[in-house]
Amino acid sequence: MAISMNWIKDYVDYGDADLKDVANRVTKAGINVEKVESHYIPHLVIGEVVECTPHPDSDHLHVCQVSIGQETLQIVCGASNVRVGIKVIVALPGALLPPDVVIQKSTIRGVESNGMLCALYELGFAEKTKEAYDRGIEEVDASIPVGLDACRALGYDDTLFELDLNPNRSDCNNHIPFSYEVAAVLGKKVTLPSTETHPIKDSVKDSLQVKVETSNCSMYLARMVKDIVIGPSPDFIKHRLEASGMRSINNVVDISNYVMLEYGQPLHFFDADKLGGTILVRMAKDQEEITTLDGKARVLREEDIVITDGEKPVCIAGVMGGANSGIDENTKTIVIESAIFDPYHVRYTSIHHELRSEASLRYEKGLTFEYCQYAMERACHLLEKYASGKVLSDCIVHDKTDKTKKQVSFTLEEINQILGMELTVEDVNRSLDGLGFVYQVAKDVYQVEIPTRRTDVAPNKADLAEEIGRLYGYDHIEATLPTTVSKPGRYIGDVSYRKAVSRRLRSLGLNEVRTYTLISEEEDATFQYARQDAISLLRPMSSDKKVIRQTLLPSLLKVLDYNLARHVKDVCIYEMANVYFNEQEEDTKLAILMHGSLDPVTWQNKNRKVDFYLLKGIIENIFHYLGLQNRYSFASCEIPDFHPGIAANILLDRQVVGVIGKVHPNLAKDAYVLEISLKKLISSKVKPIKFKEVSKYPSVKKDLAFVTSKEVSSQTIQDEIKKAGGRLLTDIQVFDVYEGEHVGKEEKSIAYSLTFQDATKTLTDEEVMNIFHHIIERVEDRLPAKVRDK
Amino acid sequence: MKVIEKVNQMREELEKELASATSSKEVSEIRVKYLGKKGLVTELTANMKELSPEEKREVGSLSNQAKEEFSKKMEEEEKRWKEKELYQKLTSEKIDVTLPAFEMVQGSPHILEKLTEELEELLMSMGYDVVEGPEVEKDLYNFELLNLPKGHPARDAQDTFYTKGEELLLRSQTSPVQIRTMLQNEEKTPIRMICPGKTYRRDDDDATHSHQFTQMEGLLIDKNISLADLKGTFDIIAKKLFGSARQTRFRPSFYPFTEPSVELDISCFNCDGKGCPICKGTGWITVGGAGMVHYKVLENGGYDPKEWTGFAFGFGMERLAMLKYNVTDVRTFYTNDLRVVKPFDRKEVE
Repeated sequence: MAISMNWIKDYVDYGDADLKDVANRVTKAGINVEKVESHYIPHLVIGEVVECTPHPDSDHLHVCQVSIGQETLQIVCGASNVRVGIKVIVALPGALLPPDVVIQKSTIRGVESNGMLCALYELGFAEKTKEAYDRGIEEVDASIPVGLDACRALGYDDTLFELDLNPNRSDCNNHIPFSYEVAAVLGKKVTLPSTETHPIKDSVKDSLQVKVETSNCSMYLARMVKDIVIGPSPDFIKHRLEASGMRSINNVVDISNYVMLEYGQPLHFFDADKLGGTILVRMAKDQEEITTLDGKARVLREEDIVITDGEKPVCIAGVMGGANSGIDENTKTIVIESAIFDPYHVRYTSIHHELRSEASLRYEKGLTFEYCQYAMERACHLLEKYASGKVLSDCIVHDKTDKTKKQVSFTLEEINQILGMELTVEDVNRSLDGLGFVYQVAKDVYQVEIPTRRTDVAPNKADLAEEIGRLYGYDHIEATLPTTVSKPGRYIGDVSYRKAVSRRLRSLGLNEVRTYTLISEEEDATFQYARQDAISLLRPMSSDKKVIRQTLLPSLLKVLDYNLARHVKDVCIYEMANVYFNEQEEDTKLAILMHGSLDPVTWQNKNRKVDFYLLKGIIENIFHYLGLQNRYSFASCEIPDFHPGIAANILLDRQVVGVIGKVHPNLAKDAYVLEISLKKLISSKVKPIKFKEVSKYPSVKKDLAFVTSKEVSSQTIQDEIKKAGGRLLTDIQVFDVYEGEHVGKEEKSIAYSLTFQDATKTLTDEEVMNIFHHIIERVEDRLPAKVRDK
Repeated sequence: MKVIEKVNQMREELEKELASATSSKEVSEIRVKYLGKKGLVTELTANMKELSPEEKREVGSLSNQAKEEFSKKMEEEEKRWKEKELYQKLTSEKIDVTLPAFEMVQGSPHILEKLTEELEELLMSMGYDVVEGPEVEKDLYNFELLNLPKGHPARDAQDTFYTKGEELLLRSQTSPVQIRTMLQNEEKTPIRMICPGKTYRRDDDDATHSHQFTQMEGLLIDKNISLADLKGTFDIIAKKLFGSARQTRFRPSFYPFTEPSVELDISCFNCDGKGCPICKGTGWITVGGAGMVHYKVLENGGYDPKEWTGFAFGFGMERLAMLKYNVTDVRTFYTNDLRVVKPFDRKEVE
């Protein structure tokens, strides 16, 4: 779809304006011209073959003398149709032909040749088909004088604008609406094309009845044209349709497309003889059938608007006509439909039937009654002129369109306030004049009427400010800043907490990653440790993005795989993301995955290899950082998709807040993961940091080891030690864990280093030993544990 | 031999011995030889008893002087040797400083997070709060209240993932956070906020499209706000992100929730506006969209458009990051190749 600037010239006399400059100015005013493409080729002239003799050294070449007015050139030509008397297109030396051929003086088999006689396809003005090739060089109309610039004389001097429009201005895909934009930036006026007809006396009402039974058709106009003669279109129509990306079919079909490309109002032509005497517009009946012009049978729904002949559908309104009522080479009388249908219905009908046509695209955007009327008259005019049609005197009108004038009032100051500019009355007047808006102004107060063709402009100040501003040019804005004093901005809600945790994790060596919220059903079936109702997409685009995740762990495994496949072996990553379940419930998860080592292997061999305890250390570090020490614990348990022996719930204040462990070897090798609910962490209250004096008195260290069953957890022993140790026991460290020949097969030995200290005095040996023995007694008493090497 | 001569002779010998010494240990042995309990200097006073008081005085004085002198000499010599020996010992411990260091491990922020935080810092300093909102959102907030009623053609451009009927969806923009903020601000005081976050649209993933992406939108509501204020604000953002030499411009555009609407362009940082492949020959690069808040949106948010005005702007963080760091494939942000991520653990150039 492109705009033909030759065509635009019919409506706006832009004279010799540089079209690249016009494109820039229109673009600056908000109608984005993406590409300017000139078809004009310099150095092509009209010539006449005055002499044509066979080439002495070839069986198919001819040596021609070609008159181009002032002079006669010798040109060697290989076309079979070259002969004396025909007028041709001559490419002179220097002409640049597509794709990249420069014509030069040359010698062809010993004979001088000063140019080239051209076929249209060689100039890029027609498709290169076998038919075109066989036809040889183009023979131009004998009435065109020799020596003229061939592109201009033949109408191949067009410049096309390719547009990339904002959705509210798709009307500019049509030539008349676009010409208003050209006129606006150039300060010119738009001249609308002729709609003059010479109607015959017959009335359409004698042979056609129109009835509209649905409110989804706000306007329906019908006129009739008799005695039309189907034939080829005139060249200018052909060229313009081609420029706009449409093929020429015949004069009548072309006229309906031509008028649509002028106004943006699609028309439909019925063969009156096939249609019969009735048009009834209504909603389709469920399961009603129609065969459309493309030969396909379609089953309609109650949401589709149809045109019927009183009984059966003859057209899907705004989308495509029926095969039973269309124009063919024998058509004599046609009924012209120019109508407005409800945009949403047309849109959904065209989507449902997968029939998005040039017409439906225009209906979808909404049309105006004004152009609906003009287009009808224009079509009649053209049919009379180019298809020998006889236009019947009247028009059947169904019109329920709203004709309330869109008026708006504003002051100069209000416009300047919105734009931040200092426009004068003259500036505003110039913009409004350019746009063709009718207005009155008295003492800076404007009364403006918005033309009906501008459906995108609503009657309010802001819309007018935009129209005025875009034409005047936003580059005139002098940048300022809002002047109100403002308090400093801050993170609202959980953001800063999350960022603090994030920074801490990075300082510990973990890399932040970001993965997709949508996962596959297979991924969703993994790590279902705290399963809620999943949210799935109603219409997923692909099976791998179907469900909104409740856990980040499958996504982190994917990142691991991606890196391992690229030989990145040390993968220590985390992600924080929202998860959703039960329709709209939200949680924020922190997930960590560790694999390989935390630091790279060094020649000193001091790197930290990833294992459960390293990961545990990371999360404990986070807990401590958040002030949650002494409030968390880890409880061994089996968790889906975790290694059954290396997995635990993470508890905070005895509530499960997450999971930690090794991924089941079926899913990944040597990957350790954890996932925790950040919302639960954030919601736990923490006391502020308190200064604590260091004891002036020395501490005493005592070591001891217990031999116990493998089933007894270190935590259990430690809890007992703590209880027995009381307040003087200030620290417990595990410094050795042993399993092997020196203990029983189902046993292990855990060695603890205990620190005792009093804030008020130096502890005596006796005091320490008393507590120490009490600890041993209590542990041995309460647990299946024996102190080692007593 | 007179005592003085003995001392002189002794000094000569001592100097010779010290000169030929080769370690602090040898110096220490010489010290014992001269100054030890049975040392040569001590011997000078061995038969003092047989001497006259005068002689006693002379011998005593000379021997004391010698003791002092020799002691000082040997101390110096011993110190010199010890320093030398220590130096030798230390130089023998010489290491290869070019061997690799112990790497201080530090994680990297995600590229999008880094860029987001850069903008957040800037905008917070300008008084904007950072607000978040749900990603599974009501159609009401994502579209309806933003002047995008059902059937609006502009909904096409943001074809959306619905999760329940026509009510719930994965938000296609972060604008719902804006309308939520307006509605929640019951006192109807001025607003300055930005809302960075994840957004979703029905796009097939390829080098330039992503079904999931990140937006950062901003909203300012106050009295007598104009497009010029938006221009000034955008200037600051553009210069912060792409350098102080950047020019900015507005191009007329269309968004349902703003009127007037503009595209936010910066002069091309690659060619400085001359035209190059990055700016497709235009000299300008579009980095975002913006406009004056539509009166219907103000109304929907509970702000009387007769009294209040405002502007809104929006950036795609992936696009900004692709431009700023010359990333050619948007999927790079979601595959998380650690070799790509790690270099972003770096302070930004001011």
